[in-house]
Amino acid sequence: MLNLILLQLINGLQFGILLFLVAAGLTLVFGIMDFINLAHGVLYMVGGYVMAALSAATGNFWLSLVLVLPAMLGIGLLLEAAVFRKLHDRPHLDQVLATFGLVLILSELVKLIWGAAPLSVTLPEALAGSVPLVGPLRYPVYRIAVIAAGLAIALMLWFVIARTRIGMLLRAGAANPAMVSALGVNVNRLFMLVFAVGAMLAGFAGAIVAPILSVDPGMGDSILILTFVVIVIGGVGSVRGAFVAALLVGIVDTMGRIFGPILLKQLLEPAAAAQAGRTLAPMLVYLLMAGVLFWRPSGLFGRSTGA
Amino acid sequence: MSIAKGAAPLVILGLTLLPPLASAAGDPFLTVIATRMVIFALAALSLDLILGFGAMVSFGHAAYLGIGAYAVAVLGGMGVTDLGLQMLAAALAATLFALPTGAISLRTRGVYFIMITLAFGQMAYFVFVSFSALGGDDGMALKGYSTLLGLPVLASGTGLFYVSLALLTLALIGLDRITRSRFGRVLRGCRENSLRMQAVGFRPFPFQLTAYVVAAAICSVAGVLLANQALFVSPAYMSWQRSGELIVMVVLGGAGNLIGAVLGALAIVGLEEGLARFSHHWRLGFGLILVLVALYSPGGITGMIRRILPAGRPG
Amino acid sequence: MRPLALASALLLSTAPFAAHAEEALRIGVLVTLSGPPAVLGEHARDGVLLAEKVLGGKVGGRDAELIVVDAEGKPDIAAQKARELVENQGVDFVIGPIFSNIMNAIAAPVTSGGAILVSPNAGPSNFAGADCNPDIFVVSYQNDQMPQALAEHLNRQNVTSAYLLAPNYQAGKDSLNGFKSIYKGEVTGELFVPLGQLDFSAELAQIAAAQPEAVYAFMPGGMGVNLVKQWDQAGLSTIPLLSAFTIDETTLPAQQDAALGKITASNWAPDLDTPGNADFVKAYRDAYGRAPSLYAVGGYDALMLIDSAVRRSGTEDREALRAALKAADFSSLRGEFSFSANHFPIQDFYLTQAVKAQDGTYHTAMVEKVFAQAADSYVGACPMK
Repeated sequence: MLNLILLQLINGLQFGILLFLVAAGLTLVFGIMDFINLAHGVLYMVGGYVMAALSAATGNFWLSLVLVLPAMLGIGLLLEAAVFRKLHDRPHLDQVLATFGLVLILSELVKLIWGAAPLSVTLPEALAGSVPLVGPLRYPVYRIAVIAAGLAIALMLWFVIARTRIGMLLRAGAANPAMVSALGVNVNRLFMLVFAVGAMLAGFAGAIVAPILSVDPGMGDSILILTFVVIVIGGVGSVRGAFVAALLVGIVDTMGRIFGPILLKQLLEPAAAAQAGRTLAPMLVYLLMAGVLFWRPSGLFGRSTGA
Repeated sequence: MSIAKGAAPLVILGLTLLPPLASAAGDPFLTVIATRMVIFALAALSLDLILGFGAMVSFGHAAYLGIGAYAVAVLGGMGVTDLGLQMLAAALAATLFALPTGAISLRTRGVYFIMITLAFGQMAYFVFVSFSALGGDDGMALKGYSTLLGLPVLASGTGLFYVSLALLTLALIGLDRITRSRFGRVLRGCRENSLRMQAVGFRPFPFQLTAYVVAAAICSVAGVLLANQALFVSPAYMSWQRSGELIVMVVLGGAGNLIGAVLGALAIVGLEEGLARFSHHWRLGFGLILVLVALYSPGGITGMIRRILPAGRPG
Repeated sequence: MRPLALASALLLSTAPFAAHAEEALRIGVLVTLSGPPAVLGEHARDGVLLAEKVLGGKVGGRDAELIVVDAEGKPDIAAQKARELVENQGVDFVIGPIFSNIMNAIAAPVTSGGAILVSPNAGPSNFAGADCNPDIFVVSYQNDQMPQALAEHLNRQNVTSAYLLAPNYQAGKDSLNGFKSIYKGEVTGELFVPLGQLDFSAELAQIAAAQPEAVYAFMPGGMGVNLVKQWDQAGLSTIPLLSAFTIDETTLPAQQDAALGKITASNWAPDLDTPGNADFVKAYRDAYGRAPSLYAVGGYDALMLIDSAVRRSGTEDREALRAALKAADFSSLRGEFSFSANHFPIQDFYLTQAVKAQDGTYHTAMVEKVFAQAADSYVGACPMK
């Protein structure tokens, strides 16, 4: 049982890292520009599709992964210029309407181009196997690579935010947007940059999960809500908060999935426990969020003044 | 507010004439679509009370749609098919869920309010997903329609339509009264400036919570109708996508003037049904319309009408 | 805005009536064409369309119009679309759905609206037993039967413990119940996942910890793609994975080598030696550029069944039409085929496995027959005789 818990912790960590990659950009756009972007999940999906298309065209996993980054940066800039720029001084609800429309457009475009069937990306040979963990348990090499890549990006983000001029502006922007623009900083350009980098990170997350999860038009939908949960638990605008909350959500979700049914088995017959436990498990994440917001109405690392 | 005064009777009158027109045009199915429009209009209307007037953007409002629908399934299963009793039970259940969750949610503001209401909505969703006696994830088909005073009024498409329309009209009139009353002014005041309201001696919380519960109860009635319309209930009625759609309806129509929510619901259901007949890829055009409205028509449909009709002075 | 939308809706909806005033046979095809399992619906749809082509555009000797509608994988949406097909489009038959939970939602709107439902795939237990319906015909199988074939296989191999995995919906529950009804060994664990789950890391870890002798899984469509791909990645290649609806021609293009050698139960395979099967496989490949699956066979046989019945009895006399459908006087791609009293098929069941063809494509291939001319186990509970 202890071994299983260990393995599930790693699984939860891996899921959390993935959530963090998607959430990091969103929390910045949200925190700094006070912009609600429902289309962020779709960018994750588009990243997956770009990866699938590139790897089918080039036949090379690593080259494709490298090419996804500029491609998603470009898509991010394009969307920013076409839609987001016009919306960032508008009420939240207009942003919700526009980005909801964008979700529909991009999902449908993807279906039009690539069809509705899931696409797959072949794993690179070097990362295809698994390593022994404890006893009979093994862990896939590729998922270890995902964890490592995610941690490296988290570290890089931390460095940029804590140690560079841009980072200083970002932190100032999150704390007091009016002040930053009063200081003569070009807020529009800052927004463009934050948005494009956010799109790139989300797209990268979509690209690296493609070999494990395969790519389908609905994948953005399912991650979007969890991403919002993550940034709200962490506190809007806080990248550090998003990191902690992402790991928390990843681990709670994974543990709930497995141990919910096991615990319920004490009360119900096995088949009923397996069903009820499994369906109640996703609720844990929302209980966690409601609990956090009850005690800290602005999230774990949010400013108490609220957004 | 002049627009609400002028447009509401027109909209209701137009809808009243629809079933005879539809059968004259040889397309009785239009009545089915119109019924859906009216039901979602009722749900969107209830959301507008809190979203438009109280600035409480609930991302879990569809939970009440589901609670209403399941009230029909549960009571119907017990042999209670009376529509009045079912609506009463639905409103009661909605109130019982809305009171504690609303009270907790109102501790938060802005986007945190959006997300905590989402959390409660999702909890309700997963509770119903896990009830295998009620069909779980798959939902369940209903055995028959609700009855009105013992009569199978809802079994005919036209009957269901007019009952729904009557309820929508009642809700429209009732909410119009409420929002013009002192209660409504306080609610709006809290939206504009919560601090000032507190300074003049109003604690916003009881007003906001009351509005939240009233909205929930009205929405649950829409759920009762929806169950009758589809003869099917499933947790999908309470998914976050549904809640999102309700928000989109209100915003597309124009929040905070009641008739906007109705027009938004009519437009969305109409567009879905209309565009889907053109192409399987209708969502492309649908999304484009939403983006264009958001970008170029602040205030949604009612905002657009206001700009086109210059006579609109607040009355 | 509103009058405009209504006016256009009015215009559009009356148009088809004007164009087809005479007696064309109208058939709705209501299958899931979006989301991760979309490809299953596409196969079924293409199977129907191929059958229409083979019949020269006529069904039962009459002009036919097929109306393809996406069930979107959502029961509530599908119920609405089924009503629209029957009440608005006035279809005589609905071919659909793929998923059993959708069947529960659309059965009432279709049959009470006066149309006949022909399922190309879903075969939920309730419609085979107590809820059987004179206007519902299932040409595919009953959900329990494929897992029963695998359980029987494990019994014969003396495998004494198995672990079960399925999505938490009607067919998933049917599937595990079917397996348990036959299996003599010990079921060491049952895992349900939400329909549509794509990451199985947590479940695979649990299976690795339990180290069962064999695993039975039911994971249709995109879920199956991911399960099989993640299976070997997680280092489980030493545990045999037996499955139904998890490895077939809809999933193999994405699973590729990861699926090779894994055992599946089926009522059909491309290399099944029955009259017309080889021609069907070739025609399907030529028309749609991919190998057909059992879903395509379901769609094809569904339209062929309707063709045979309408040819025999017309659509005016409902009783005669039912009897003509029940007679199943058509040549199924699966060979010998007849209906039980509950309108579910009596047919053979086989073990199949995934193989790689000379040209680098993948398909399933026959291993052995498990059940000959088997009926489902619910027919006794059905009041129809």
